Amino acid sequence: MFALVDCNNFYVSCERVFQPRYEGVPVVVLSNNDGCLIARSDEAKALGLKMGDAFHLVKPTLQEHAVKVFSSNYALYGDMSRRVVRVLCDFAPEVEVYSIDEAFLNLGGMRYWASEGLEQYAGRIRETVKQYVGIPTAVGVAPTKVLAKMANRLARKRSEKERVWVLGTDAQRLEALERTTVEDVWGIGHRYARKLHEQNICTAAALAAKPRAWVRQYLGGVVGERLWYELNGQPCLELEARLPDDEATLGPRATQRQSAACTRSFTRPIADEQRLREAVATFAARAAEKLRAEGLAAHLLTVLLGTDRFSPKPGPSTFSTTVALPCATNDTGQLTHYALGALQRLRRAGTSYTRAGVVCAGLEPEGRVQLGLFEAPEARQKSKQLMEALDALNKRFGRAKVRYAAAGTKPLSWQGRCEYVSPQFTTNWEQLWRIGDAAAKA
Amino acid sequence: MTRITPFSISTDWAGFTLPLFACVVPAGFPSPADDHLDAPLNLHELLFAHPASTFLARVTGDSMNGAGIRHNDIIAVDRALEPADGCIVVAVLDGEHTVKRLRREGTQTWLEPENPRYPVIRLHEGSELIVFGVVTHVIHAFREKRSRVLGQVPNQRRRA
Repeated sequence: MFALVDCNNFYVSCERVFQPRYEGVPVVVLSNNDGCLIARSDEAKALGLKMGDAFHLVKPTLQEHAVKVFSSNYALYGDMSRRVVRVLCDFAPEVEVYSIDEAFLNLGGMRYWASEGLEQYAGRIRETVKQYVGIPTAVGVAPTKVLAKMANRLARKRSEKERVWVLGTDAQRLEALERTTVEDVWGIGHRYARKLHEQNICTAAALAAKPRAWVRQYLGGVVGERLWYELNGQPCLELEARLPDDEATLGPRATQRQSAACTRSFTRPIADEQRLREAVATFAARAAEKLRAEGLAAHLLTVLLGTDRFSPKPGPSTFSTTVALPCATNDTGQLTHYALGALQRLRRAGTSYTRAGVVCAGLEPEGRVQLGLFEAPEARQKSKQLMEALDALNKRFGRAKVRYAAAGTKPLSWQGRCEYVSPQFTTNWEQLWRIGDAAAKA
Repeated sequence: MTRITPFSISTDWAGFTLPLFACVVPAGFPSPADDHLDAPLNLHELLFAHPASTFLARVTGDSMNGAGIRHNDIIAVDRALEPADGCIVVAVLDGEHTVKRLRREGTQTWLEPENPRYPVIRLHEGSELIVFGVVTHVIHAFREKRSRVLGQVPNQRRRA
């Protein structure tokens, strides 16, 4: 059996742990640079606010209903997420951290421990996370990961006190399949959902009832077939278990990542070439830092530029170009060089961009990098030393304190706002959570 | 080909210690200290018995002076502990957190400050007290906070 534990409105919940006065009132959290809504409390959802709504467009609604607005505070959310995972590790031998607010637990072979019954066990997971960390969750339990995800969706629809859903028997599984539309099945995208609807396959139950061969032919081959098996209760997707890390990080050790990216939306559109160059150089430096932190080097570098998604003008709103690097690297200088070259080709003079990003892919361990034919080995050694010194300085004095001039000399001049950010309650001595006498003076 | 599946066992590495016997085979006079070697003390073990559920907070105000919790002190608050009569707790009152001593007698619950200048907080009949967590430790600094970056020594001092 698998359990999927999903934190309710995670970012909002994190803020509320330290500021209980926002319990019961509508709260939203904004994306980087206060671009759009990325988390909404139940009260905010009830006001009709949607995920991804542009902040500047819904501002009047937010003001009208006195919605509390937070800028994203990833230092806080990351710490709270690690705490949740740590609690979950006490409940199952294998835990897969699926995202910052979701984790799969493998409850296989747990019959002895879970003798109280899965429903009770799932309830206990929920209660413990709520008590230890203060975050409300929903738990779905089922024989496969796809079904666990489905059970979790159903659990989330229940009242706050009882967000648990267990698919223990075939009857329970079939009922859940009936209650789930195909577009809500984990792994089925918009395109396939439309295709299935055209064929009059609207629920997960209808899909699971199709012959296996049909699914293999019409639903993405082996991937679709696996999904079909999973819907029918036969696990095909294994848990990608990650070891809980040591005390230093409190959290899960990621399996090798596939890419390192840094993308941001700007508060105000940027057309100016110099400012775009500074932004892209900053993102390249950040991506490079992520690579070095995990001892990886990248073969491919992609630069993205985005125009206003909400503009009435037709045509795509995201443009990208990918460069194959002569040999894999994690050197900020080199990555910045290629990123700026790519930007040069990508940018159209006079166009205003609202988003930009750098994605490094084709990753390999830095020690196993194929050396370039025309590259002097000592240059590589020097680059490594330089990067180590750079990282050490920035670790000590704060992110991006020491940077390449390409990233701008003024402190991140291109960067937009994060006006409503809460303190880094748990990760910063200067901003440590404060408790006062306020209530006692009455 | 053998496939190895990573299998994680939940272990609390912070609290997981093994005795250290670092003695070498003595060719000369054995060090009398060898038998008494121990791992160095880790303050984390003391402060964070439950790392996932323990939060640090800075206290502002003097309502708990009598309990040795003073303005600007840092307290460790553990959410995993059951709040019992007599515990110092962080409670939620009117949407704010506050540090007080929890008192329970029969069906009565109240919060006591440890400073006569503050009133005892009695809970209204039928109202539920929300306890954030139990205070386990207090860290009191005897010196004013100095430079911002830890380990950075102010210039004049370095010259002296």
